[in-house]
Amino acid sequence: MSSSRFDKEIASPELSLAGWARWIWKQLTSMRIALFLLLLLAIASVPGSIWPQRSADPNGVIAYFDANPELAPILDGIQLFDVYTSVWFSAIYILLFISLIGCVVPRTGVHYKALRAQPPVAPKIFSRMPASQSVTWAKNSDVAARAEKLLRKQGYRVVRTGKSVAAERGYVRETGNLVFHFSLIGVLIAVGIGGGLSHNGQRVLVEGETFVNNLAGYDSFSPGTFFREDMLVPFSMTLDNFEVDFDIRNRTNVGTPLDFRAFVSSKLTPTDTPKPGLIRVNEPLEMPDANVFLTGNGYAPYITIRDAKGNLVFAGANAFLPQDSNYTSLGIIKVPDVDRQFGIIAFFYPTAQALDNGAFTSIYPAPVDPLLTLNVYEGDLGLDAGISRNVYALDTSEMTQVAGGKAEIRGLQLKLGETVQLPNGLGSVTFEEIRRFASLDFAYNPGGIWVLVFSLLALAGVTTSLLTPRRRVWVRQTSGGFEVAALARGDDPALTDIVQNIVGELKGQQINRKGSK
Amino acid sequence: MGIALNVGLSQISLLFIYASMAIYTAAFLTFANHLARLASDKKKVRTQASRFESIAIVLLIIAALLHTVGVVLRGIAASRVPWANMYEFSITGALFVVLVYLTALSIKDVRFIATFVTGFVILILGAATSAFYVEVQSLMPALQSYWLVIHVVVAVLAVAFFNIAAALSTSYLLKTANWVNSSKKKSIGTLKRVFALFPAAENLERLAYRFNIIGFILWSFTLIAGAIWAERAWHRYWGWDTKEVWTFIIWVIYAGYLHANATRGWTGKRSAWLSLVGFAAVIFNFTVVNLFFKGLHVYSGL
Repeated sequence: MSSSRFDKEIASPELSLAGWARWIWKQLTSMRIALFLLLLLAIASVPGSIWPQRSADPNGVIAYFDANPELAPILDGIQLFDVYTSVWFSAIYILLFISLIGCVVPRTGVHYKALRAQPPVAPKIFSRMPASQSVTWAKNSDVAARAEKLLRKQGYRVVRTGKSVAAERGYVRETGNLVFHFSLIGVLIAVGIGGGLSHNGQRVLVEGETFVNNLAGYDSFSPGTFFREDMLVPFSMTLDNFEVDFDIRNRTNVGTPLDFRAFVSSKLTPTDTPKPGLIRVNEPLEMPDANVFLTGNGYAPYITIRDAKGNLVFAGANAFLPQDSNYTSLGIIKVPDVDRQFGIIAFFYPTAQALDNGAFTSIYPAPVDPLLTLNVYEGDLGLDAGISRNVYALDTSEMTQVAGGKAEIRGLQLKLGETVQLPNGLGSVTFEEIRRFASLDFAYNPGGIWVLVFSLLALAGVTTSLLTPRRRVWVRQTSGGFEVAALARGDDPALTDIVQNIVGELKGQQINRKGSK
Repeated sequence: MGIALNVGLSQISLLFIYASMAIYTAAFLTFANHLARLASDKKKVRTQASRFESIAIVLLIIAALLHTVGVVLRGIAASRVPWANMYEFSITGALFVVLVYLTALSIKDVRFIATFVTGFVILILGAATSAFYVEVQSLMPALQSYWLVIHVVVAVLAVAFFNIAAALSTSYLLKTANWVNSSKKKSIGTLKRVFALFPAAENLERLAYRFNIIGFILWSFTLIAGAIWAERAWHRYWGWDTKEVWTFIIWVIYAGYLHANATRGWTGKRSAWLSLVGFAAVIFNFTVVNLFFKGLHVYSGL
């Protein structure tokens, strides 16, 4: 064979375009390449757990850019912050799925034929099979008929030709395998289409506030590719009351949240009577085309600010973001509509305790001894330029601190119900009441149920396939007895036992199942 | 709110765990002694060896009983399932490994990997009691779901199967390793004699495959159950959270392992290595990802 290569003229084997395509296709659909792509997919998934991802942790990405201003753009250039939507990750799984389709489609055809075919006829020499036994037994006249009956009872597909019987079982092994692979394609399609049709948005809602389901109602919103605003059902939802239970009884557990409950009332149209609802963690509330999830909570101290003349210039409950497990909370208050603009960076301590250095900390998350401290900054809030500003941050670059920090006047401290004067004649501030806020997530993904259906189908398929042995058994009447042989696809340690068992059954003996030890 | 944590009881639970560790260690040493005797060149020593194996199995069963009591008491002390932080995952996971192993022992002859299995259980329990220990705490609201029972039990069970498969694959690799078989060193010669007593390499490979396929099925279920729970708790069934990423990676590696077993040139050593890589990823997922990676599955309690 090796010489024949040189008998012909030495010319590069000219592959036509179709030839190349066939060659690539053959490679791509080979098991070896499938294995290679699988391992590559596993490796390619790793970076997404090392670097923060825009999809899962957008703030982490911003923080990474701040901390590594030189490295971050380079990493971003090779999409390391968007690993799972990156070109290279997509290339791997698309190739993998092409390989999968190229493998299972022809196999489906083969299997379809196998399902309709008869079990292959008995081999000439039984002893060549991995398990076989030859029995000398005089009462062998109807052995083929009895073997047929027995094997049928054991779930084999049986065909009897004269004095020999051929039987096969375990067709579902291949069926399950194919179902598994096709279901994976189903999962991928459901993920893709479902993702395109999905949308989800977040909204922080303080007790008493109402959310209306339109784009303006959200603090942040991420639509799928096929999203249109008219897909949002314009229901409204009011947070009536937010309840929290913290543990105070168990020493090792003090301050651990036990339960969060958001009591809401919703209306489908403005004239509806409000319908009460309860949202808890793990228990979303179903609204039309949106499930409402409770994803966070905190305090929103209700504060009023009056100018020096006593006119109300601010009244509101801004959400204060919790900074630790005892809900030491940071909030920002901006007062733009006055002669001299000012802003406040405020801390709220539900149960305040003074530290040695004069600072405070919270030692319990419920408001047992609440305290509000304010650092006041005077100057341009930067709101007039029309640029949208983060409501949870105060840009103090154009401002002077007039209370707290390095300012001459100490930071202001208020207990519930107290009023204190602001420095520089800015007026007075009153800590009116404590409200709570809930972070709600409104999510809609019609693909989810199909992803689940296909996943369960895949699970059922792979389980059936992996746990079902595929076996062939032959029985033949011989002149002085009969022979039994068995063959399995892949390794099958039970084969010898099976042959013995069939021999025993045919001889009418009840053989004890031999232990595998 | 009606939860009552019993710190006294959790201390008693810890005592049982310590006691089980002591007996596991005794079992481990006895199993190791048994192997060493089997490899002896004196016939008399070899014939007496099986007695040590019987003693070791009895010790293993006693340790498993103490261990079970420890895990159950921990659950009672916390008035919930005993798997909500790393310490509890570890003690429950180790118990599952032992129980799966003991069950396997009554079905198949897998005595020869007893040293691997008990050694590994001691390691997990040691890490649990020294590095991961936390006092009993109630469940944070995100964990208050019946999915905690289903998702975690199946995950831990899957890990137990992967673990035993990894022990079998290790045996396979050592038994077939060229550096073992061609070495002339005396110490490695002993090792060679020990592995000569193990079942045939093909049987080791086949057994590892059996454990891995069950592990794979359970792991697939873990993945699906986790996605269903994530949809309830975090409003999306999949979000490439670090733990989700690693669960996926492990699934893909074992899927690769299954394909390797059907690919010419990849059965045997290569697939055994894949089985070990898969299990290494499982351990990585449980330790490094839990402790150092940022994500939503922050339940180590540390």
